[in-house]
Order: sequence, then C-alpha cells, then structure tokens
Amino acid sequence: MIGRRGRAAAGAAPVRVPAGSTAAEARGVRVRRAGRTVLDGVDLALAAGEVLALVGPNGAGKSTLLGALAADVPPGEGSVRLAGVPAGTLSARQLAVRRAVLPQSSAPAFPFTVAEVVRMGRAPWAGTSHEDEDETAVAEAMAATEVTAFAGRPFSALSGGERARVALARVLAQRTGVLLLDEPTAALDLRHQEAALAVCRERAAAGDAVAVVLHDLGQAAAYADRIALLTDGRLTALGRPDRVLDGEVLTGVYGCPVEVLPHPRTGAPLVLPERGRPTSGGSGESGGRRGSRAG
Amino acid sequence: MTTPARHTARPDAPDDRPGPEPDPGELPRSEPESGGSAPVPRTRRGVALVLGAGLAGVLVVLVLVSAGTGAYGIPVGDVLGSLAHRAGVGGAALERVPESVLWNVRLPRVVLGLLVGGSLGCAGALTQGVFGNPLAEPGVIGISSGAAVGAVVSIAFGLGFLGTWTVSGCAFAAGLVTVLLVYVLARSGGRTEVVTLILTGIAVNAFAGALIGLSVFFADNAQLTQITFWQLGSLAQATWPKVLAVLPCALAGLLAAPFFARRLDLLALGERPARHLGVDVERLRLGLILVVALLTAAAVAVAGVITFVGLLVPHLLRMAAGPGHRFLVPGSALGGAVVLVGADLAARTVAQPAELPLGVLTALLGSPFFFWLLRRTRRRQGGWA
Repeated sequence: MIGRRGRAAAGAAPVRVPAGSTAAEARGVRVRRAGRTVLDGVDLALAAGEVLALVGPNGAGKSTLLGALAADVPPGEGSVRLAGVPAGTLSARQLAVRRAVLPQSSAPAFPFTVAEVVRMGRAPWAGTSHEDEDETAVAEAMAATEVTAFAGRPFSALSGGERARVALARVLAQRTGVLLLDEPTAALDLRHQEAALAVCRERAAAGDAVAVVLHDLGQAAAYADRIALLTDGRLTALGRPDRVLDGEVLTGVYGCPVEVLPHPRTGAPLVLPERGRPTSGGSGESGGRRGSRAG
Repeated sequence: MTTPARHTARPDAPDDRPGPEPDPGELPRSEPESGGSAPVPRTRRGVALVLGAGLAGVLVVLVLVSAGTGAYGIPVGDVLGSLAHRAGVGGAALERVPESVLWNVRLPRVVLGLLVGGSLGCAGALTQGVFGNPLAEPGVIGISSGAAVGAVVSIAFGLGFLGTWTVSGCAFAAGLVTVLLVYVLARSGGRTEVVTLILTGIAVNAFAGALIGLSVFFADNAQLTQITFWQLGSLAQATWPKVLAVLPCALAGLLAAPFFARRLDLLALGERPARHLGVDVERLRLGLILVVALLTAAAVAVAGVITFVGLLVPHLLRMAAGPGHRFLVPGSALGGAVVLVGADLAARTVAQPAELPLGVLTALLGSPFFFWLLRRTRRRQGGWA
C-alpha cells in the first residue's frame, strides 16, 4: 500500500535534471547535535554532470553535509532541495529513485550473498518501467566494482575492502541521478581506489551529480571538478581544485604544515604534508625520496 | 579544465600494466560471470521450493497421524474418510465414538497446534528481522512472558469483559506493551546490541515473573490449577471455541506477515541504508511490532509460554535456504507448525497414558540447540558483541 502510493507520486515528479543544472542543493543548512553545531549555515549546490569532493579535517561536518543532502535528517534551519523539490515533501520511495547514498560502513544483519545485496539496490524501482533494467544494472555495477567473481559468497565472509566494493556496487545499481558517497575509497587498495573514482567520473560524464567525501586531497584534485573544503561546520572554500588546494589555507585548516606541488609530468596539484622538516626525524627519508624522484 | 584531459588520459594507463586489456576484457567477462552468479540465488530458490514442499508434505502426514494417534487409535484411512465426508467429497462418517473422538478431541487440538506453531515460527522470523538480530525471539526477549502476564491476570481476576476472547485480548494488549517496551529499551542509535537485547529480556522476564507471581498469590485454588497448567504450555485444553478465540489474531498476523518480507530484506542492511532504498522504516517497524504482538498473543493465550520454536525454526531455515525473508517468513510459519504438531504428538504419546507439558518438551529440546548456536557463532565470528 505504501509502495503503490509512493510509486504513483514518484512517477509524477521529475527524477533527473539535465546536465549543468542543480540536482541537489543545501541552502543555509544548520545542524545541531548533542548541543554542538555540526553544520553552521552551509550553502552548496551540486550540479548534474559534476564530481564534487567534500574534504576537511575529522569532525568538520562532511558526513553531516552529505546526510543533509541525502535528506536523512531534516536540518534545524535552512532547506535541502532535490531537483528543485524540497526534500521534506518527498516520500522515502521518491527520495530513493532520486539519490543513492553510500554510508561509511554497513553490514547486513543476516548472511545475504553479494549478488543479493547488490540486487537490493534495485528495490526502489520495483513495479516501475525501470524494473526491466534490473539485470543489466546489477551486472554492470558488479563488473565496475569487480565483485562479480565472488557474487555467490555471503557478505559476512568478505574482507573490509571487498565489503566496501559490494556496498558501492549496490549504490551504483540503484542508478539514481544523484550519488552521495561517504569515503568510498577508505577501505580500498590503490587499484580499487582509482577504479571507484573512475566510476564516479563515468557517472558524472553520463550526467549524474556525484558528491564524494574524500580524505586524500590528491585524489580530490585528480578526480573532482570542484572541491568543497569544510572546517568546523562551515564552508571554507569552494571551487576548482587548483584554486581550493592552497598550501597556506590547507595548513591552517588541517593544523599541520601542508605543501602543494605540481606533478612533475602532468602538472596536477599534489598535496603532501611537509615532511623532512627537523620537527619529525623519521619522515626525512620519504622527503628525500620525493626529492630524488622530482629530480 | 584539466580534469577532462586527465580523464581521457586514464584509459591509457592500464595499457602499461601487465594485464593489458582490463577494460575490453572485463565487459565480456561480466556476462558469463553474471550468468554464473545468478545460479546462486537460483539454487537458494530451488532449496527454498524443495524445503517448502517438503515441510508442507511432512505437515500433512503429521496432521493425519496426530489426528489418528492416542488412547483411542483411529487408522489414517478412516481419518481421511471422515475428513472427506465432512468436506462433502466422498468418504464416509465413522462410528459414533471414533467420529466424536476425532472431531471433538483430536482435530481441535491439531488445528490449535497448527495455529500456535505457525504463529510462533512466523513471530520468531519477524522479530529477528525487525531487531536485525538472529537471537531475538519472543520467548527469549520477554514478549511471551509479557503476553503471559495479561493472560494470567485475566484468569486470576476472573475477567470476562470480552467473553471467550478475554484471555486472548489481555494477552495481546500485554504483549503489545511488552514489545514496545523491549524495543525502546534495547535500541540506541538505530541499533540493537545483542547484550542489551538479552539483558532487557532478562529484566522483562523478571518483571513479568513478579507480576505473574502476584496474580498467583491472589488466585483461588481452581484458578491456581488453571494458571499452573497454562504456564507449563500445553494444547490439552483444546476445544473448537478456543480455536475460534485465537483464529482472528493468528490468521490476521499470518496473512499480514508475508507483505513485510521484501522490506525486511532491506532492513537487514541497517536503518539508514533501508531508508535510502525507499523503506519508510518507522512505519515498517510499527507494523511489524503490531504483527509480532498479534502472533505472540495468539500463541500464548491458548498454549501458554512455549519457547524456542521461534528461535529454532527460522535459524534452521536460514541456514538451509538463505536469509531472504520472502521464503523465511512463510517458511517459518510452516516449520513452526511442523515442530509444534510433532512436539504435541510426542508430548502425548512418549509417556502414555501421562502427558508431558508441551512447553517443557520444547524447552528441553530447544535449550541444547541454543547452546549449540552460541558455540557455533563463537567459533565462527568470536561470539556476539
């Protein structure tokens, strides 16, 4: 009964917006939690066709901002819109066909197989015309995250990195116009980190809006169209990677000396903590290695 | 923009690697592998079908044997004949005595066993699903004792405001209050930790025990006997009016339960992921709690506290056919009915002419299973924490 009502209404409102226009928007969002202001008046517009990286120190409010865009929690102040529609007026089902969310970690309570977990991503589309895409969406998502080989294994039997890839596959299979990913690369090895971010770029190229929380600023520089730098619940900087990634700003934000260098071959910004200073003896070696490669 | 340039440059990078064709190689490879992945759910579905059919077959045989077995033996052929006769499809009525034994003593008991067993099994599967916890069972976490308080109070104080439905009604109300209480007490931050859940169960069971003790204290001798027998868990008092008294609760719960199956699968991912996939979690939870209370009340009101059926049956089925609730929920109802009709048959035949209390028998068999479950989980994943 819930499903049918949601289905009819979900069919009526627009699910996607054309590339370049605003797919998800937070305006003046303020979130308080346990007496602390976690987000303090953040304005952010996520456009269809772009990859937006959310970066900042621990506790800066990256996940909270992602959660606000996902309409998980109604903001204390301000508004969140998805494709121009206030998120509060959309049902759970209507939200689920508009945005997909990758949480930091999740494990099913029961031993579902990998294929079953990925297939759950198709649940919002049950009973719609998009149901026909179920098989291809699941197969493509599993191929993109390289989890097809262990499709039949129970999720609980996987390693941390494999679980993270399966979770990403489930989110990709949902095929929504807005993708909100909280640290998709955190548990992954180098190859799969690159693959996960390449998928983000592909989805953006296909017209989806992708917001992704990242800790590796070099990755953010390489894969994001824009970077949003958060500090203490406020937006410190927002813009193209070469503008936002400034050594002085980052040093202030992270409370640790940071240098930004151009990559010797591509010229892309490389963000590194300043090692090899007398303050920390052990890292002098890595500084030396970096120097020798640059030379 | 530098990004698109880097993006187009990326496909060159894998060419330098030892595996030169990851991109072209992956797409064709995904086809047969997705074909290879599909049989996994398909075999699980196959197992589920076979298991469902097997359980249904066993249940039919058990019902017939149980209806014919007892102090006054009736051959299975005669049972079938009499059933067919009453249904108006051939067969013949039995003589006066066997006909009376069959229709006034055996069949109400068997039907009650089916309803109680189905309710307990199904309630177990739903409770585990809504708590996202394989140890949640109406008996273990105190819902059954809560419902028992309602039933005992209504017996001890001779309540009769709902006629034959009084005991069921009181059990339902008390059961509902208890589920809500356990749910609120045992959850924090959208999760139910096993330790908190079990400790909440202990507290609720202790409190319910005290309330039952208090009712016993105020009861007279006749009521005392009634309460004691009822507490041990038994189907011995089965009559058609009793069947009718639980039928609405049990049937409503059993018919509603399968509609929650798909959303229970999603809920297994966690509350937030389920919401992200379009599940109205609050509403789902409320509906499930209502159904669990209905089913538990139905079972407890007529048969007393019968533990472990709701724990054992969904667990075994999950091991055999996977955790998908589309099979697990109706399958657990079927399995619960098999276990209860079988256990009742054993309870009244193993110590003939005496009759063992059914609740005692299921606890005797169920507790070792619980031990085994604890050990197995401990071995596999270092226990529940």
